[in-house]
Amino acid sequence: MSAVDQFWGAGAAEGGTALATIGLLVNPVAGLGGRVGLKGSDGPKTLLEARRRGAVAEAPGRAVEALRTLAGQGIGVVTYPWEMGEDEARSAGLSPTVIGRIAPGATSGDDTRRAARELRDLGVDLLLFAGGDGTARDVQAAVGLDQLVLGIPAGVKMHSGVFATSPGEAGRLALAVCRGRVRGVRDGEVMDIDEEAFRQGRVDARLYGYLRVPDEPSGLQAVKTGQARQDEILAGIAQDLAERVAADRERLWLIGPGSTTAAIMQRLGLRGTLLGVDAVLGGSILLADAGERDLLELLAGRPASIVLTVIGGQGYLLGRGNQQLSPAVLRRVGREGLVVVATQGKLATLGGRPLLVDTGDPDLDLSLQGYIRVTTGYRQETVYRIGASDRRVPR
Amino acid sequence: MRADEDPAAGEAEAGLVREEFRQAHWNEPIIFEISQAGQRGVLLPEPEARIREAVGPAAELVPEGLWRATPPALPELSQKHVLAHYLHLSQETLGANLANDISQGTCTMKYNPRVNELLAADPRFAELHPDQDEETVQGILEIYHRFGRILLEISGMAEVSLQPGGGSHAVFAAARMLRAYFARRGEGDTRDEVITTVFSHPCNAAAPATAGFKVITIYPGEDGLPDPLALKAAVSSRTAGIFMTNPEDIGLYNPRVREFIDVVHQAGGLAFYDQANANGFLGVARAREAGFDICHFNVHKTFGAPHGSFGPGNGALLCTEELAPFLPVPLVAQSGDGYRLDYDRPQSIGKIRDFFGTAGVVLRAYAWVMTMGAAGLREAADVSVLNNSYLMKRLEGVPGLDHAFAGNGLRRMEQVRYSWRRLKEETGVGTEDVHLRVADFGLPHYFLSHHPWLIAEPMTLEPCETYSIRDMDEYAAVLHRVAAEGYREPELVRSSPHRSAAHRRKDDAALSDPARWALTWRAHLRKGNVRR
Amino acid sequence: MATRAHPYIANSSQQAKATLLQGAGVESVEEIFAAIPQELRLHRALQLPEPLGSEFALRRHVEGILAKNRSTSDHLSFLGGGVWQHYVPAVVDTVIGRDEFLTAYGADAYADHGKYQALFETASMLGELLEMDAVSTSTYDWANAAASACRMAARLTGRRQILVAATVSPGRYAVVENYCLPAIELERVACERGTGRLDLADLEARLSDETAAVYFENPSYLGAFEDQGRAVAEMAHRRGAEVIVGVDPSSLGIARPPAAYGADIVCGDLQPFGVHMQWGGGLSGFLAMRDEERYLGECPLQLFGLTETVAKGEYGFGKVLPARTSYVAREQGKDFVGTVTALYAIAAGVHLALLGPQGMRELGEGIVQRRAYLVALLRGIPGVLAPRLSAPGFKEIVVNFDATGLTVREINRRLLERGIFGGKDLSGEFSWLGQSALYAVTEVHGAGDLERLAEALREVCVA
Repeated sequence: MSAVDQFWGAGAAEGGTALATIGLLVNPVAGLGGRVGLKGSDGPKTLLEARRRGAVAEAPGRAVEALRTLAGQGIGVVTYPWEMGEDEARSAGLSPTVIGRIAPGATSGDDTRRAARELRDLGVDLLLFAGGDGTARDVQAAVGLDQLVLGIPAGVKMHSGVFATSPGEAGRLALAVCRGRVRGVRDGEVMDIDEEAFRQGRVDARLYGYLRVPDEPSGLQAVKTGQARQDEILAGIAQDLAERVAADRERLWLIGPGSTTAAIMQRLGLRGTLLGVDAVLGGSILLADAGERDLLELLAGRPASIVLTVIGGQGYLLGRGNQQLSPAVLRRVGREGLVVVATQGKLATLGGRPLLVDTGDPDLDLSLQGYIRVTTGYRQETVYRIGASDRRVPR
Repeated sequence: MRADEDPAAGEAEAGLVREEFRQAHWNEPIIFEISQAGQRGVLLPEPEARIREAVGPAAELVPEGLWRATPPALPELSQKHVLAHYLHLSQETLGANLANDISQGTCTMKYNPRVNELLAADPRFAELHPDQDEETVQGILEIYHRFGRILLEISGMAEVSLQPGGGSHAVFAAARMLRAYFARRGEGDTRDEVITTVFSHPCNAAAPATAGFKVITIYPGEDGLPDPLALKAAVSSRTAGIFMTNPEDIGLYNPRVREFIDVVHQAGGLAFYDQANANGFLGVARAREAGFDICHFNVHKTFGAPHGSFGPGNGALLCTEELAPFLPVPLVAQSGDGYRLDYDRPQSIGKIRDFFGTAGVVLRAYAWVMTMGAAGLREAADVSVLNNSYLMKRLEGVPGLDHAFAGNGLRRMEQVRYSWRRLKEETGVGTEDVHLRVADFGLPHYFLSHHPWLIAEPMTLEPCETYSIRDMDEYAAVLHRVAAEGYREPELVRSSPHRSAAHRRKDDAALSDPARWALTWRAHLRKGNVRR
Repeated sequence: MATRAHPYIANSSQQAKATLLQGAGVESVEEIFAAIPQELRLHRALQLPEPLGSEFALRRHVEGILAKNRSTSDHLSFLGGGVWQHYVPAVVDTVIGRDEFLTAYGADAYADHGKYQALFETASMLGELLEMDAVSTSTYDWANAAASACRMAARLTGRRQILVAATVSPGRYAVVENYCLPAIELERVACERGTGRLDLADLEARLSDETAAVYFENPSYLGAFEDQGRAVAEMAHRRGAEVIVGVDPSSLGIARPPAAYGADIVCGDLQPFGVHMQWGGGLSGFLAMRDEERYLGECPLQLFGLTETVAKGEYGFGKVLPARTSYVAREQGKDFVGTVTALYAIAAGVHLALLGPQGMRELGEGIVQRRAYLVALLRGIPGVLAPRLSAPGFKEIVVNFDATGLTVREINRRLLERGIFGGKDLSGEFSWLGQSALYAVTEVHGAGDLERLAEALREVCVA
């Protein structure tokens, strides 16, 4: 065997290790709308319009590109019939096990959710899906954090932090996971943009939850931390904030969405909401998952701080996933009242690009720009820049 | 640009790339595996008969519960076999004295003169005991004192300690000194924050944290230089000091360094200068003129002492008159026409190391500076920065290669951080692959970057004054070649090295699995983690 | 700029400079230094001694300075206390004199595979001496290893107090203080004034639920074997405290290692194995711990493990838990780590391999026997009390001179006139021992040397 073959084939040649299995799920209509100028592929009306405009689905081709890396590697592939994975797998040279039933040509989010659940129940090592944010939402709704997942980028909207950078990368990362070469995991945000709002020119992204995604040393950071170390670092951030919250009981603390801020609530011994803004006063929850109106009422006449973290892969501090923190709320609290928390690892993924804010109020955005202290650990801070965001939808 | 479009490639490679290089590949067994019962490497002097008769067997001289029934299971080899084994291992290592080590950027891999090894082997140095009466060690005291004075002149500082065992150790000592300084002023509880930059060596964050400080890290601005606005956001009445490097590892000199220090001083803090990157500035610019209060040198980098496979090193620590009382004890002071150890320093932070520091490194460095002189030091600086600019130009046009903050219009000093991001995006071959492949041509694996990797796919090179034009041309030719391979036959690069002493590790994740890791041979035998 | 080519600077000639300037696209180096503001430039030459230039002149100069030193090679020395005179076999110096080991640095275990294997083998041999599976890379010295162990214990237990035996080296204790105070409290545990062993009653009284660890040395700095190790460990563990023991590893050919009586973390120095003393520069600390994730997870030093490569039958070496170190995690790493003492660790491995089990045995036996012989010789010298501490010991003996009416300082001055370096003066740091000195005996001391010392003391110990 040449050194090259040894490199790729070595794992498979050794006996004694269980065959790794990938659960494959393709959303056949993902990406349909993009090329023909539609802002998404959700809903039968949009789909029909897309097809009418001559749209061709992107996802199947992207999926095949990713799957080619897995061919001949001794990896087991389980998937759904026809265009939900079987066709793509065979085109890539794989011999998949096919489970489930669909009505070909007429699949929907229900099928995605069912397929994801069934593949998870089978105990696949990795659930590999091809689609966009919409598909990610469906997968997340079905499996939550119970399953290691990776997205092949194939949709129109891909704000969620669960996708590989390209189909080729997805295939390579999937193979590395199967070979046991990737041990790190992180929680990737599942986000989606309100279609209607978007068509009216507003980017209104919601955070729907998190998926457990493989985290690999490459690109921007050579060594990724394992789960235990991640927990330790988050615990440090949580401890730091918990001490500050406990020290100032007269202050209203608004804890924003995100897993980093959730760790703070946990440290305080409070049951907060992962995806919402929780108001804390005097060491207990005043109101969980507060909306804008609630917040304005609570803020009346009290000193307040907002604890924020970075949501999504583009580095948004405000405007993605935490719109309850409206311009009115933010003006009431003031820039000095913003407390930002994030891990160094998260900041490093920005590659030097600034943190972004998109509150809907351009003047407010401008006033928020500049340097801000970010708590990155117990008694550790990083000074980072909040910059201007590009108001076009980032790809 | 694709490899086959690059005109420089073919011409540059001619004759420079070591096509036939093959590192020794002994596949040497672990020493325990070649052990043979009954072999012996060295005999010890035996206690004379009258000793044994007078005192009896050793077992009776040791408390019963502590007597070791069986000797430890060390390997048993004849002397030749021990020597041969280690010579094999040395052939499977690339030192800077034999290889083109432009590779290890930030480490200043300059020539380590052999004459200095002879001097360090002199028994009138090597066999000195630190507790000897001062009168009997006037020679080494003189060397310590003189070398200290030399460093004071180079840095412009007022007092020096040669006690720290390396750069990180010096940074720790400096952080302890800051604590002592502010405690003395009654500000010990309120001055508990230290500022550093993300491009500084990790020890500039970690060592102050170990000393109990809260650490605030600032990121660079868009030009890659530390941003004064970020500093303003970080500074406060709690600031004890700033720990910074200039130029930073990416090779950019911060022309506003004085302003940075002024901001910190105005806030009541002090400024520490990590001079790991001093080599390009000897005789050019000093810590003192920039306004620093305390600084260090990596003596084993800048001053020609060998790196030793990762030590021993020395982190000379220097400071202003105001901070001098806090330096570790003892200092070496003049006393009549001789020297003495000065322990009478009640405000000293005490000791960060037993005895006086890595004297062997100091001796070699002293010899090096005495050979070079002021003109030689300046020459080293000039040639280092010229070499760096020359190499940078030679690397323009390497497919897939850029350098950090390329558009900022600023010159690089003595080293450059490059980026293989484009190569990675276009071919899937990244810096971790290239850095292994270069060894197939006899080059040591280059230094990537400290963490976090703000610059994607990093490579940091430092062609200090040891390296010739041919060395730099060779380096450029190899990088051209490997980049071209990235485009033409990526799998070759991704599976390299092919001609080194070892091939790619199979499974780095297993190394961090408690059930499988083996830090020792006995652990391996117990866990059976590796199959040969 | 210099006009003469310099042997250490390849491109110092005018031609080379011209090529560099052209290749770099600048007229002069000043264009590059223009980045530095004028007011920060040094506008004069450095005031340094004239360069010696030739190698011949350099040797004359430095050797002339070294000639002012007296060393343990031309004097009979009984100094120890953390740095000891042991014979260094020629093969050791040959191996660490190889340019490959001497001038390598931090490159990965492919082109530098040999260096990693050598270091793994040292760790492995230490593992056998210590009977422990997890041994880290080196640190600066025993003092720093002990300090790291204390900080590890504090993190492991979440507690703030360390109990340190009164008989640990004062130099090492000073370093431990620097790393621990004020966040971690240090409290001393008394020793029995007669024997030199740890005072268990005092230990019991001081142990509490706030104790993170107990640290003692075995043999102690004063040379006494600590035979109560098991009892100490039981007492500490009962309270949930870690047990840290510092050892002179040259004792481990005849002494059971700390792991055998319950130690959790062990530290010490590799200097006795193949490292020349170099005025205290030849130190190399080691750290070993229970082979469990929670211990390794708190260790600040680099850890390397044995692994496989993609080539069949080949060994590889790689990092274990790298995210834990400051190299990866900066201020969120465990303490800090930097360039340490790898070359000395390699030397120690070579030396241990040359010694083998039999050599280790003979080393230890010979040392305790010579020590006992010295005790016998000193008995009967008027005014000299040896051993001052009654517990059996290794290498070092406390010799008391109170009854001579002389200070150790004066005695040592007189010994020096006779070409002898007397034992280290303990009267400052261990005042309860009065005018006592610490005499160290190793395999380099023959019967004749010990007799010469006894003879000299007999002469000098008259007021």
